[in-house]
Amino acid sequence: MVQLRLPPNSRIKKGKTFSSPTKGPRMKLFHIYRYDPDTKENPRLDTYELNLDECGPMVLDALIKIKNEVDPTLTFRRSCREGICGSCAMNIDGTNTLACTKHIEACKSDVKVTPLPHLYVVKDLVPDLNFAYSQYTSIKPWLQSDEAPPPDKERLQSIEERRKLDGLWECILCFCCSTSCPSYWWNGDKYLGPATLLQAYRWIVDSRDEVTGERLDNLEDPFKLYRCHTIMNCTNTCPKDLNPGKAIGKIKEKIVERL
Amino acid sequence: MRYESFLKRAQGLGSAKSGVYHWLLQRITAFALIPLGLWFVGFFLLLLSAPYPEAIHFFSSPWTVTLAISFIIVLFYHASLSMQVIWEDYVPHELTRWCLVMGTHLLSFFLAILSILSILKIYLT
Repeated sequence: MVQLRLPPNSRIKKGKTFSSPTKGPRMKLFHIYRYDPDTKENPRLDTYELNLDECGPMVLDALIKIKNEVDPTLTFRRSCREGICGSCAMNIDGTNTLACTKHIEACKSDVKVTPLPHLYVVKDLVPDLNFAYSQYTSIKPWLQSDEAPPPDKERLQSIEERRKLDGLWECILCFCCSTSCPSYWWNGDKYLGPATLLQAYRWIVDSRDEVTGERLDNLEDPFKLYRCHTIMNCTNTCPKDLNPGKAIGKIKEKIVERL
Repeated sequence: MRYESFLKRAQGLGSAKSGVYHWLLQRITAFALIPLGLWFVGFFLLLLSAPYPEAIHFFSSPWTVTLAISFIIVLFYHASLSMQVIWEDYVPHELTRWCLVMGTHLLSFFLAILSILSILKIYLT
């Protein structure tokens, strides 16, 4: 049956506490998940006290401050710091989101930071996304067309055709949605998950793509697609305010349409 | 030890190219159960307050029997489809899952036949 408790080697223990050398009116505690694969130890939650008057406004600013000034071993991914690369996706205050666009002030009490749920952890806040990326590759996320493009210009789209891609192309593949989905937790080895299915729909509705039927064929599967039970965690958590739940519904509609 | 690539694992055995009828029929039966279920609750309350000969008499109408049998068929079909989803969600072991799904389908089939025959027995005697 489904495993309801974490395996013994994944259970989180209490970690170290680091106090801030300076004090002020705006002090905040950050409880951060730490896991070092080089030791045989269980993961732990370390607590860092920060003076927010000496720190930037976002959770990523706090993580960078901790890494630079308190504990250089803290490991996390980050790149653009403006919500466009998807690297700093993690679970903050119980919700999957991007550390760079999450305000510290939006967290009412202490800030708990853990990696994206239900993925293998490489180190600290870095999850293993290899399989999720491969699932994305499996839907062939590129334009497929037998007809050669015009030699002197791009493949054209009308304004209406282009509009169908709005709400889909903006996905940055941070996988906040997929890792918030209980169906993806239980059956992530087969279910493609909301991020990949949103991307699949992005190519299904692209007016320039000519293999729509083949794409629908490859998705019509009890596990790849129909594990979505419209729980809608994906849409609630998306840091880009996209609606993967709706995109999955549209794929199901398209498959019914061709019956 | 597994040397196979992540892509190979992600692609698995490919798509089953089925699932749409399961999804569609689950929804159609759910909608059908709204009027049928309301009718059944009303009918059941009526049966509870009726004396035995009167209760038996209800089943002499082909309309009542048709509605009752339709309710039984839709109910067990919907239950069977829904239980399959639950087993597929929560039972990762493939053989166990297969046995549970098949067992549920067979049990639903058996209970539906039993219910229908019981209703027909009252109707025909």
